Amino acid sequence: MNELATLPTTRDENWRYADPTWLASADLAELNDWREITVPAGETVCEILSVEPGAERLRVNVGQGGRFELFAINAAGPYARAEAVVTLKEGAHFEFGGVTIGGGKNRQEFVTRTVHSAPGASSNQVVRSVQWGQAVGNFLGRIEVVKDAQKTDAAQNFRAILLEKGASANAKPELEIFADDVKCAHGAAIGALDDTAGFYMASRGLPPEVARKLLIHAFVADAFEAIQDEDLRGEMLAKALNVLDEEAV
Amino acid sequence: MLKIENLHAEVDGKQILNGLSLEVGAGEVHAIMGPNGAGKSTLAYVLGGRPGYEITQGTVEFLGQDMLELEPHERAAAGLFLGFQYPVEIPGVSNVQFLREALNAQRKARGEEPFSGGEFLKVAKEKAGLLKLDMEMLKRPVNVGFSGGEKKRAEMVQMGILDPRLAVLDETDSGLDIDALRVVGEGINTIMRAPDKAVLLITHYQRLLDVVQPDFVHVLARGRIVKSGGPELAHQLEEEGYEAVAA
Repeated sequence: MNELATLPTTRDENWRYADPTWLASADLAELNDWREITVPAGETVCEILSVEPGAERLRVNVGQGGRFELFAINAAGPYARAEAVVTLKEGAHFEFGGVTIGGGKNRQEFVTRTVHSAPGASSNQVVRSVQWGQAVGNFLGRIEVVKDAQKTDAAQNFRAILLEKGASANAKPELEIFADDVKCAHGAAIGALDDTAGFYMASRGLPPEVARKLLIHAFVADAFEAIQDEDLRGEMLAKALNVLDEEAV
Repeated sequence: MLKIENLHAEVDGKQILNGLSLEVGAGEVHAIMGPNGAGKSTLAYVLGGRPGYEITQGTVEFLGQDMLELEPHERAAAGLFLGFQYPVEIPGVSNVQFLREALNAQRKARGEEPFSGGEFLKVAKEKAGLLKLDMEMLKRPVNVGFSGGEKKRAEMVQMGILDPRLAVLDETDSGLDIDALRVVGEGINTIMRAPDKAVLLITHYQRLLDVVQPDFVHVLARGRIVKSGGPELAHQLEEEGYEAVAA
């Protein structure tokens, strides 16, 4: 499963927004080298990821009643992809919070495939993208619910803010549902920073750069809201916003 | 304090303000009334410096400064407060965080020391109490999930905290029930009735003016002030309508 016989191209659905130049010179063996994580029944594993240039692929099996949490910042380039295939047993949960943030010509993406393989499993995915320059932020999220996986509860939400003309974002939600008693919610929105909010904040005395930072802070925070550890949540937020301070126009 | 002369402004190429002149002195409360589409909200936005409102002619002087030269946040730091007819929701940013950042940005711009968290909360509590707004509301994101009345009271709490010299209040009374109207009106009096402050109250109705009694009333029609008078003018408008009075 998932082994590639040849290098993928952007014609493959799963790689359609990838960087073709990077793909053409990628190493097939490396692409096929998945990192395996097993979450034993009833246990919780939390994975914190700073995505590196290139492709990082995780294959996760979550046992009955187990919980897998993945929180990731993708601020790398020119091409940086984090991919996770997560298979959930009965009553298991997958929580994903991801942020892509960057400018230049960076192409940053998250690709998930969540397999609800048994009844009563749940998943919640929140991805936020902040891009400027000519950067691209992508989220390809596939949710599969097998025939017997009744009472599945899956949610997926993607939102992108483009700070400059030239930046872009792509959302590709994909649901494949074979059970009939399930809840699957998904949403995607791509837009610019809210000008009205910007003026409102300025009218209270906030300089534009401070207002912008507050708005982006609130926007990005959605992705890390599920992090229980307050310090860790703060660190992740600070790390993401730091990219904005250092690189944004 | 505020001196507007021959102000012309347009939005999307359409002329809305058409030679408006108005002078507001320290210690005064002025009410601006007028029919829909007269340019009342445009006047508020132009004074606040909202992008998209183009001034084609005229001058605005605020506390001796050319106000039209200032960015919106600089106008706030100079002492202007704009009360919105439709306060804006900012998901994810709490009132406390927003207002503390705003207040300290203003103080910094004026060369004053920033307020500490404790000092700020003390002021916030006092002003929230004045407007009968639960402190818990201030911990919630700005205006998100607030009712119409709560939004307007929150605006006045903001005004109390930011402590401006001039408040331009755009239909602060709309969407308020009778009790809330009294609370908001009394809040305006407590916060802004002072010898070194002034208020420009934009409203459709007499009822707010029963609580916040204006010293001057102006009728705005077709983009300019067509009539000015004392408080009695508001009563006359209420009885006879804009058309009869402003014709």
